[in-house]
Amino acid sequence: MNHHSLLTTWVMILVLVGLNSAGDMSTAKAMRRVGDFGAIRRRAGLWGVVRGVLTEPWFFIGLTAMTLSFFTMLAALSIIDLSIVIPASASMSFLLNLIGAKFILKEHVTKRRWISGILVLGGIVLLRT
Amino acid sequence: MQEVQQSTPAHRHVHSMNFLRYLLLAFIVIGSTFGDVYVAKGMKRIGEISVHRLGDLILAPLHPYVALGIALLALFYFSYLASLSWADLSYIMPSTTFGYVLTALLAHFMLGERVPLTRWIGIAMISLGVGLITGGHSLTVVPTPEGVSPHLEMKPEARS
Repeated sequence: MNHHSLLTTWVMILVLVGLNSAGDMSTAKAMRRVGDFGAIRRRAGLWGVVRGVLTEPWFFIGLTAMTLSFFTMLAALSIIDLSIVIPASASMSFLLNLIGAKFILKEHVTKRRWISGILVLGGIVLLRT
Repeated sequence: MQEVQQSTPAHRHVHSMNFLRYLLLAFIVIGSTFGDVYVAKGMKRIGEISVHRLGDLILAPLHPYVALGIALLALFYFSYLASLSWADLSYIMPSTTFGYVLTALLAHFMLGERVPLTRWIGIAMISLGVGLITGGHSLTVVPTPEGVSPHLEMKPEARS
C-alpha cells in the first residue's frame, strides 16, 4: 500500500467515524427531546409517537448523517479491505460515542460504564482481528 | 422498581428498564446482526454491481434475501429509536454489542469455523462488559423546575 492510498484509507475511515458518531449522537439527542415512547403512546397513541419523532429536527439531522455514513461505508468498502474498515470504524465510533455521551449529551457516565465500555471496546478489537 | 439516586447536584440517574425494554434490546441485536448478514448474502447472490449495471442496485431490494435483510434492519432502527427514548446512548451502545458475540458463536457452531483463543477472550470481555452495564443505571435525568427531564411516566407496576 503506497503513501497516497494509506492517507485515503484513513481519511475515509475518519469521515465514516465522524458521520457515524454524529448520526448516533443526534439521534440520541432527538429521542431525549421527544421523550419516553411508552409515556407518549399511553397519552397520545402511536400517532403521537410518530408525530413526536417527525417534528423533531435533530431526528432528521441524525438520519441524514446515518444515510451519508452508509454510502461512505459502501464507497470505502469498494476501495479498502473490509477487514480494515469495519473494526477500525466500529471501535473508533464506539469510543467517540462514549466520550460524546458524557461531554455533549451530558449523560451520567459512571465508573461502571467506563469499565464496561473499555471491556467491550477491547473485546471488539480482539474479535475482529 | 424505580430507583432514583442522587449522584451530583446536576443530574440523577434511574433504572428505566423492564422486561419489554430488555426484549427491545434483543431486537436491536437480532435486527442489526441478521440484517447485515442477509443484505450481504443477497448482494453476493446478485453479484458485483458495475457502473454499467447501476440499475441492478435499484432492483436489489427485490431480491428475497436483501428484502429480508432490509426488514430486519428496519426492525433494528425502530427498536433503536424507541430504546433511545428511555435509555442513555452510553447504555444502549455497549449493551447491544452482544451482536459481535452472537456472530462469532454462530460462525463457530453453525459454520464450523475455528475460533482462536484471542476471539474467545474477546467474547468473554464483551459478555462481561454487557453484564456490567445492564446491571447499572440506564437513564440520566436532569431535575428541572417542572420535574425531571426527560419526563418519565413511571408506573410502579410496570417497572418490576
